[in-house]
Amino acid sequence: MTPARLNRHAIWTIYRAEMARMRRTFWQSIATPVVTTVLYFVVFGGAIGSRIQHVGGVGYGAFIVPGLIMLTILTQSVSNASIGIYFPIFTKTIYEILAAPLSALEIVLAYVGAAATKSVVLALIILGTATFFAPLHILHPRWMVAFMLLTAITFSLFGFIIGIWAQNFEQLAIIPSLILTPLTFLGGAFYSIDMLPQPWRTLNLLNPVVYLVSGFRWSFFGTGEVGVRLSLAFTGVFMGICLAVVGWIFKTGYRLKP
Amino acid sequence: MSSMISVSALRKTYKSGLVALDGVDLEIEKQEIFALLGPNGAGKTTLISIICGIVGIGSGTVRVGGHDITQDYRAARAMIGLVPQEISLDIFATVWNTVRFSRGLFGRRPDPAYVERLLHDLSLWDKRDRRVIELSGGMKRRVMIAKALSHEPQILFLDEPTAGVDVNLRRDMWALVRSLRDKGVTIILTTHYIEEAEEMSDRVGVIAGGRVLLVEKTVALMRKLGKRRLTLMLRHPLAYLPSGLDPWELELDQQGQVLTYAFDANAEDNGIPALLRRMAELGIDFHDLDTSRSSLEDIFVGLVEHAA
Repeated sequence: MTPARLNRHAIWTIYRAEMARMRRTFWQSIATPVVTTVLYFVVFGGAIGSRIQHVGGVGYGAFIVPGLIMLTILTQSVSNASIGIYFPIFTKTIYEILAAPLSALEIVLAYVGAAATKSVVLALIILGTATFFAPLHILHPRWMVAFMLLTAITFSLFGFIIGIWAQNFEQLAIIPSLILTPLTFLGGAFYSIDMLPQPWRTLNLLNPVVYLVSGFRWSFFGTGEVGVRLSLAFTGVFMGICLAVVGWIFKTGYRLKP
Repeated sequence: MSSMISVSALRKTYKSGLVALDGVDLEIEKQEIFALLGPNGAGKTTLISIICGIVGIGSGTVRVGGHDITQDYRAARAMIGLVPQEISLDIFATVWNTVRFSRGLFGRRPDPAYVERLLHDLSLWDKRDRRVIELSGGMKRRVMIAKALSHEPQILFLDEPTAGVDVNLRRDMWALVRSLRDKGVTIILTTHYIEEAEEMSDRVGVIAGGRVLLVEKTVALMRKLGKRRLTLMLRHPLAYLPSGLDPWELELDQQGQVLTYAFDANAEDNGIPALLRRMAELGIDFHDLDTSRSSLEDIFVGLVEHAA
């Protein structure tokens, strides 16, 4: 058996190339989400928020910050990771990755790591931008970072799976736009789910994003719709599922190795 | 255990049900140039792709430098450089970066001096800061070769390296292949240019229908299967072959001006002196003659037809 030494050079090589790709598409990668988020702040925080005042004892402008950041992390992680792995499959340069002395773990670490890094960087930029629009006090900064990382990694794994599954650019775009964005909107990014009428409120408890946003919001304000343990447990379970699927992909060679 | 690559009982069936390899056994020695010949769909690319780790192994075993490609894939793959048939490159990357990327993937430390030498050898040095998208097809293929050699492999696979390649690049490529072999690199190539296999390779393996039909030293193969041909250009056309020439089983062309005699190059007595004497007796005069060897192509076509 091969000694279990990580091919660090290779991980670093892929990671750096992925980060370079982000720099190459700077406007697409950084500017677009920031502009979109500023728009959300102006519309939801400024225009609408001025009529809502408080949600659960928190000013509306501040209230939507965790939701917005979550929205960014979710969509960016999925799209970064899916494009990151789809691109070499599409251009067939994946042959080089497959022929290199790399384990599945190393490939995943490099691609998912780069995608998660990008979305965390974006999340921090948006957090910085948010301070211009709303007074922010983060109650549990460590937990906030932990939630951020955990979500970014989990959804980058999810994006990695989508990137391998997708057979064309349409399929690549369909999951983020058709599933992720609606779930995030319904998941309480801009309101407390307690504000929803029944049966929507109960139904929404099946929406995974509710738990992510709630836990993240707790790290800011100390309150959330569902318990923080439940939020963590849910994220952990979803990460476990993604890891299992990635493991299966490499074991069977699904769409990577004929 | 001097084999660099050892393939045994390798079978591969794709999900579509296509049997690409149907029990391949093959030993490739260290520092040889091995040519894999076969028609399209013979299984050449599948075989190479399995050895390199791009296609999953069906059943059987493959060892590279003594390392099992499944159990010990890191050690096995670290020895191999691959130039696939199709040009697949990150077109936005610069030549320098993409070659450095390949080296990094194999876990090798950056070595700018080595990469510089490599780019010089492949006439890519001037283009090092160009993005791949700006390069011509021939230059892109050179980049593919540079990438394959970036981690100083001990084995180089070239899948149809000269398909669609101009004379200059072909010449450079063969020069490079020879100099690599002199440095101890084992080279396996597939080609449709059979003259090249004949000219370049130490040994030839003929593959068709997922099976290796034969493996032979190129020279021995030529000698063993090679028929030679004597062509005589007659001074005066013949209306028919005189019966006096029957023992030689000659062929006469339609104009009656060219006589061809196929003979076994290795026979004790090839029959030529007797033929020429008999022709002189019969008063058949010729003004020119030519002998030629049947090419590997003839041998190859014969073998594949025989197997089919």
